Formats: sequence, C-alpha cells, structure tokens
Amino acid sequence: MTADTVVSKPVQETAEIFSVQKIGEYVQFTVVAPGIAAGFQPGHFVAVAVGGDNTSMLLRRAFALYGATPTGQFAGTIQFVVAEHGPGTRWLTQRSVGETLDVVGPLGTSFPLPSGPSPAVLVGGGYGSAPLIPLARELVAAGSPVEILLGAATGSRLFGELVAKRTVGAVTVTTDDGSAGVRGRVADVLPDAIERIGAEVVYACGPMPMLRAVSEVARAHAIQAQVAVEEAMACGIGVCMTCVLPVRGDDGRSRFVRSCVDGPVFAADRVRWEDVGTLPADVMGADAMGGH
Amino acid sequence: MDGVRPMVDMTTQLATLTLPNPVLTASGCAAAGRELHQFFDVAALGAVVTKSIMMRPRSGRATPRMAETPSGMLNSIGLQGPGIDAFIDTDLAWLAEHGARTVVSIAGGHTDEYVELARRLNGHPAVSMLEVNISCPNVESRGQVFACDAIASSRVIGAVRRAADPSLPVFAKLSPDVTDITLIARACADAGADGFSLINTLLGMVIDTDTMAPALGGGTGGLSGPAIRPVAVRCVWQVRRALPHLPILGMGGIRSGLDALQFVLAGASAVSVGTAVFGDPSAPVRVLAELEQALDDRGFAALADAVGYAHRRPADRLVPEAAEVAAG
Repeated sequence: MTADTVVSKPVQETAEIFSVQKIGEYVQFTVVAPGIAAGFQPGHFVAVAVGGDNTSMLLRRAFALYGATPTGQFAGTIQFVVAEHGPGTRWLTQRSVGETLDVVGPLGTSFPLPSGPSPAVLVGGGYGSAPLIPLARELVAAGSPVEILLGAATGSRLFGELVAKRTVGAVTVTTDDGSAGVRGRVADVLPDAIERIGAEVVYACGPMPMLRAVSEVARAHAIQAQVAVEEAMACGIGVCMTCVLPVRGDDGRSRFVRSCVDGPVFAADRVRWEDVGTLPADVMGADAMGGH
Repeated sequence: MDGVRPMVDMTTQLATLTLPNPVLTASGCAAAGRELHQFFDVAALGAVVTKSIMMRPRSGRATPRMAETPSGMLNSIGLQGPGIDAFIDTDLAWLAEHGARTVVSIAGGHTDEYVELARRLNGHPAVSMLEVNISCPNVESRGQVFACDAIASSRVIGAVRRAADPSLPVFAKLSPDVTDITLIARACADAGADGFSLINTLLGMVIDTDTMAPALGGGTGGLSGPAIRPVAVRCVWQVRRALPHLPILGMGGIRSGLDALQFVLAGASAVSVGTAVFGDPSAPVRVLAELEQALDDRGFAALADAVGYAHRRPADRLVPEAAEVAAG
C-alpha cells in the first residue's frame, strides 16, 4: 500500500540561523540550508555540530526535520526542534539569529507515503510530533483523512498542537500528569482513533516505549505502522555503527541495522522491540561473537 | 600566508607503498568509504583504511555502543561486519571501482584466522596494504589481547607476513595499553612487520550515574578522539626513536592539519583521521589541505622532510622564516 521510502543524499552546509523561537520547553530553529531543503522528505533528519570550533563535544546532535521550504518566500530554509537535555543541546538553544550552524542533512529514510488517499493516524510523543507535521500536510494534500495524537509527560512538553489542529483538525492530546488533554499515554487513545476513521496506516515518532506500544496497537488492528526511532548516534551518516537496532529483513532473518541510514523510519512490525538493547542469539552474526 | 596555493610535495612512502598524500581514514571510522564518498572523493585521500574485517559475519555487541566523553568518545561496537567474502564482493569491489587506494584492516580470534584473511586478500587489485588489528582477544589464550603480549603479537605478525603477498606492506596496529610499546613494536619488527599503525583506542569505561551501571552494553569500550592525542604522539615518538628505519602511520585524535603535523614531526610518515569524521564528515580532506598549508608555512618543500623532524637536535632544527611569520 505504500510507495518506497526516499533515501536521502546528504550535504554539509554552513547554515545561517534565520529564526530561533521558544515553544514550551523546546526551541524551534529555522536555518538557511538550501541543499538540505532541496532533498527534504518528511522523516529525514539533520545532524548539527555543537559547541563551536575546538569544542570538547565531538559528536553531532540529530534532530528530525520539522519542515523545509525549498522554493518561494524564505527559500532554502529548514526547520527543526531542539529539546535541551545536556551541554550540547544547551549550547544550541543559546544561539541567536545571524549566527551559523554546521548542519549535515537530509539524513535517513523518509516515511513511505500511501499510493492513494488512505486514512491515517499520526502519533507523536513529546517533540517527536515535529516530523509528523510535514507528513500530515502531504497526506492531507493527497486526500487522506488524517487524525493526529500528541502525547507528553506534561503540558509544557507537548509540541505542535496548534499547527496540528490547523493542518488536520482532528487532534487528541494526552499527558501523563493530566495537565493538558486526556490523562494517560498516547497509545491508550490510539485504538479509538483508528476505529473512528477506519485507519489503514499509523505513523509515529517518539521514545522507544511509545513506539513499541503503538506497534502493538497497530498489530492488534491488523494495520501497518511506520515509525521513526530516536536512537543515540555518533555520526548520523552510517559509518560508526553505534545506532543499530535488531530488525527483521525481507528474508525473515534479523540483523543489527543502522537507524541513521536504514532508518530512522522502519515498518514497526520488523523491529524486534523486546530485544532492543540485547544481543539476540538469532541475529545474523551473533554466533561469531564468542570470545569477544 | 598570501593566498597562494601551497606547493608542497605531499607524496609519502609506507614501506614499499607510495601514496600521493599522507592523509588516510582510520579503521572503524569510515566503514568502507562509500558513505564518506557523498561528501568528498575517496580517491583524493592517501588511502581508505577499512573497518577491521574478520572471517565470518559478526553482529557486534548489544547497544548502547557509544558514550561521548570530554574531547572524545567511548565505543564498544564489537567489530560488526559482513565477513571477508561479502567484504571482498561488495566493499572492495566498490573501492576498486572508485579508484580508492585501500588499506585493509584485518582482525582475528586466533593466528590462523589472520593468516586466512591475508590469503583471501592476496592478489586483489584494490588492496595496497594490510593493517593488522591485534587489539583482539586471543581465544586460544583465555581472551588475552594479542597486542598486550609481545610473543602473541609477533606470532600473528610473522604469520601474516609469510602468508601475505610479498608486495603488500604489513603494518601492525599497536595498543597503547601496555607498559612499554617499544617492546611490542620491536617484537613485531623482528617478526617481519613493515611498519606500525599507532595507536589503537585506549580501554576505558563510563558509568551512567542514573542507572548506576556501565553506560555501554559491553561494559568497557575504546576511547578515541583528541583526548588521547598526547598519548598517541608519545607512542609515535617512542617507536620512531626505537625503530627509526620503520615507517609509522599515526592516528589518535587528529582533527586539524596542525594535529596531523604533530604526528609527522614525531615520526609518522602518514596519518589516519578517525573520530573527527563523526563530527565532520569532510575532516580528512580538510586535514590534508591544512597540513599542506602548515608545511608550506614552515618552509618545507616536501612532507618527507618533516617526518621525524622533532627528533633533531636543537642545532639541526632550523626555524624557517616563514614559521616566524606564521607564528607572529
């Protein structure tokens, strides 16, 4: 039912910051990066250098793209959303308009799109909603009925509620503490949403436990889920092998695959959620690991 | 500097191998070149050093596999790889097709595995040199790392040297986690090593204070990046002093041309850029351009003249005018 994912062709750009906007606990960046904007598809991400020249922080930080404007007014810009949770992301959130960032992108796989109109539920956890907004726009433009579910631990960690409502109308919010929307987990409200619109596909982005729960709900409804993972990575371009997940291939065999180039978007039923963080004995090449 | 492109002879010699320039990738930091080719032409490098390959396909270890540390990173990948057959069919074929000179890093659990890997690579047109990763546990010696034992190191290197095509230089990649690296280097030299790759990662550990357990799935990991650069420069210096007739490929925390120059002055004939690639995928070509400029600024007409220059006695160490200008 879905067309192929678009594998990105990344470029490295020195991107001038066009705007920095604080939204709840997040900071939304718009930067001038025409090469990245030109190749953007929903689901792609960027890897941003932090700390400036001679920094002690060597590794890039990865952020899902929230949007790109390849042509027209403010042409060649991309948008991404940063959550501050360490010295690297803190450095980023302290940048101001006119400064430049070293950005590599677009990276990874995109969300595969239905070949025709197809009812879809989009599920975002925290700022995992960011890549779902441009996806929602594409689905709506193709005539697909779309509902968006947004969940977070607390109200200030929700992202994109207003723009989600503008884009699709039907938006349900959940928070763990009940400070906004329905109290509870976002996957709890997914079965109703699937049934309401007769969804044929679920798209999701957020923390691993949420993606696993979404995957289980989709399976119970016998529909496909396409999920974007947020795995820790060092390079983002496929050389370091740190961001691997156990994933079943077309041949039925499981492999450790890189979430940066083989993902971040995976068919949820291919990811072995219960085995993430372990070395399952039947993963290809696990038998050669003795002694090391 | 006056904006004129520097004109330094950057060719270098690693035993019998001549390279057009001295900047290579580092094993495990460039996969097999294909991903970096999106950012620059891999044939423009001195050579691509491929991720250590073993006989069989390997899954690698459980995640988490990486932790960022001050000016470095700790990794515990566990040599995830496709195995030698798929490597030759896919990765080496791609490198050959793209005209990249290739240094193949080989790894094994016992001496026979290294020997078999060397045999499989004999005669392949893309292979310019073998780098023998001996920082692996020896399954026949209760997991003792080859590189931490002079006898085990020399056995592997001697066996690979005898098995490999005589025209291919065999470099021993040594671990800094030893009491005296020159003892290991000398044992490898006696066994027939044509040169040394210095250094492999340092063994390290990070404890996650939230989970109160080791941050990496594998417990310990290899520390790399600028944090280890002074250790690496020291190792290059010591081995150069002990065995001045053997060439050294230096690596460990290089992220600028001046970093690379330190290794060259300490005695490295070429350098590998490793962890820096994770932060800056075009780092190898940038380091090459910066190194050429740095040599030019110091009045060197050829890279070869700078190799080991820091070992000269003060009276023989000319400070070129250009260097004073650059420093001023």
